[in-house]
Amino acid sequence: MATTTVRGTIAKQKLIWMYETMVLIRRFEEQARREQDSGRLRGTHSAIGQEAVPVGICAHLRDDDFVLGNHRSHHHCIAKGVDVNEMMAELLGKVTGTNRGKGGTMHIADMNKGMLGANGVVGSNIPVATGVGLSARVRKTDQVSVVFFGDGAAQQGSLHESLNLAAIWKLPVLFVCENNRYAESTPFEYSVAGGSVANRAAGYGIPGVTVDGQSVLDMYEVGGEAVRRARAGEGPTLIEAQTYRYFGHYGADNPLGYRTKEEQEFYMAKDCIARMRKHLVENKFATEAELSGIDKKCTDAIVAATKFGVDSPFPKLDELTTDVYIKYP
Amino acid sequence: MTTATKPQQATRRLTYVQAMNEVLAQEMERDPTVIVMGEDVAGGAGRKQFDEAWGGPFKLTQGLYKKFGPERVRDTPIAEAGFIGAGVGAAATGLRPVVDLMFVGFIGVCADQIFNNAAKMHYMFGGKVKLPLTIFTATGAGVGSAAQHSETLYALFAHIPGLKCVAPSNPYNAKGLMAAAIRDDDPVIVFNHKLLMGGVGGGQHVPKEPYTIPIGKANVAREGTDVTLVGISYTTYNCLQAADELARQGYSAEVIDLLSVSPMDDEAILNSVRKTKKIVIVDEDYPRCSVASDISALVAEEAFDVLDAPPKRLMAPHASVPYSPVLEDLFIPSKEKIVEAALGVLQ
Ligand SMILES: Cc1ncc(C[n+]2csc(CCOP(=O)(O)OP(=O)(O)O)c2C)c(N)n1
Ligand SMILES: [Mg+2]
Repeated sequence: MATTTVRGTIAKQKLIWMYETMVLIRRFEEQARREQDSGRLRGTHSAIGQEAVPVGICAHLRDDDFVLGNHRSHHHCIAKGVDVNEMMAELLGKVTGTNRGKGGTMHIADMNKGMLGANGVVGSNIPVATGVGLSARVRKTDQVSVVFFGDGAAQQGSLHESLNLAAIWKLPVLFVCENNRYAESTPFEYSVAGGSVANRAAGYGIPGVTVDGQSVLDMYEVGGEAVRRARAGEGPTLIEAQTYRYFGHYGADNPLGYRTKEEQEFYMAKDCIARMRKHLVENKFATEAELSGIDKKCTDAIVAATKFGVDSPFPKLDELTTDVYIKYP
Repeated sequence: MTTATKPQQATRRLTYVQAMNEVLAQEMERDPTVIVMGEDVAGGAGRKQFDEAWGGPFKLTQGLYKKFGPERVRDTPIAEAGFIGAGVGAAATGLRPVVDLMFVGFIGVCADQIFNNAAKMHYMFGGKVKLPLTIFTATGAGVGSAAQHSETLYALFAHIPGLKCVAPSNPYNAKGLMAAAIRDDDPVIVFNHKLLMGGVGGGQHVPKEPYTIPIGKANVAREGTDVTLVGISYTTYNCLQAADELARQGYSAEVIDLLSVSPMDDEAILNSVRKTKKIVIVDEDYPRCSVASDISALVAEEAFDVLDAPPKRLMAPHASVPYSPVLEDLFIPSKEKIVEAALGVLQ
């Protein structure tokens, strides 16, 4: 799908950023699982396996562009530049967290970084992202709005209403479906009529693209064109990224209850980080040693983030009733 | 009773989840028009080797798919407006659908179907259509799920004429209320508190034979003379704990387990208050325009003359449910707070 011409023009710095960001996400998610196992954290939706999807897209975004996520959103946040210290503190319910401990794993938000929030209600953020696109258009900026949602969410009416709105108004929105093949235990092929999410774009007269979501370079290429279109006022794009979640849906859910080991191995063999690493070494963008250095840097960052989170205080108890409304001086 | 020769009193200790699971199977057995739908109510849909991979997010529907098959037990895509609306249409035309709205906060996705269709069709059509629809949904804070997955929202539903709402507090009444809900020809919402489904309160004797508990009737869960504590679902459990503590301090608390949020058993509440002359209403819902406020108004209007103290509402704050455990712990009216509130009206 991706052409070597485009790939060949990606700056080395960008390639390294994509690799490093994927590794940082993975280390973060591994630590989140450890925190969950130790009981300090009561459960998360792991993004391990899906790192390439937001990284390839966010590589084209600026701080003033917006990303909106779903319940499985740590990778969206990190790809958009949200601080891992503050994220880990948030997961641990601490006042130093992105949301002062009030939102937790499913609601991480950081307006300074253009992260307009993860969201626990499936499909709920898709219209919001459409409104962000509307805002950019009316305010005459060239900002872009990107919403990530799952294959399960693609069955909500909210997607269809939003695609139509964004199409008739030519809004700068990227609708990015992370098709990881399951919604909880329900397989994609059962719940998605027509067998494709991307195909639905045709009904709204907008581009619909299916892409290997385990290839960050493919994601980068598809994202580049969609972001270009959006900034140029040409309207929305629907992207279906084929990906896979390596772990269960949430917490300790065991995915072998609804999928085979062979299937898992098939997808894990196409791991986004391993493939990028190979690409970088084979094309001499980096040596194994340099990449190991990056890996170590990411591990250290997550160790530091965990320490920051653990050492941080819980919110003061009166925060229970603050932030319900805006406080006027 | 104590002799070794006498067969043990048939005690069937069931958890809340087991009791719900049993009643679903019994009602499906009894009435072939009962169908069950929802996300992952079976799980692993369409894959033979993984039949019934989940059995429902809280395992309430486990075993139904294997027993009753794919025609009557349906996994749905994530499309609440679609499948709850489909439940309305199916109910209007001869089925008795039981539909899972996984968490009550997801009402936002499908409110039109419930509030504008399910609740109103019987009335709008001059009584010419029946809507035997049951919607069950998980409620409550306490497990770190934050603002969108932890509400109770009783009042939102109870506000709408045409909907019946029940909130079981233990395995025994869960079974009886669910049976009543399924057999009822009006739409009924069944609120299942996550902490009760998670095992708080423990197992309890639940008869095997099907039985119903009438919708619209409260239960005196504990008799007492000094103060009335009204609980709803999980807060009933906390009220009972608080009553134990109050007894240790020399006060006799009566606990009314509301069970039905709508219609509400006004008489049971008034009867108790006429005896105790004091009332604390314990509700995990948001305080404004709440069930507790409604009960408080009822008592003020109908039993003002007998009251020794103003009716006291003990509720969640007017705030969304926080994630941080230290804040979330403050959200639910705890046993300690109930004791404190009761002592407040007693002294
Ligand atoms: C409106 C709504 N319905 C149901 C749920 C419960 N739920 C949470 S995640 C999930 C599956 C989502 O699947 P998908 O969109 O494919 O995302 P994935 O989990 O695979 O990343 C479900 C059913 C929810 N949070 N919101
Ligand atoms: Mg999915």
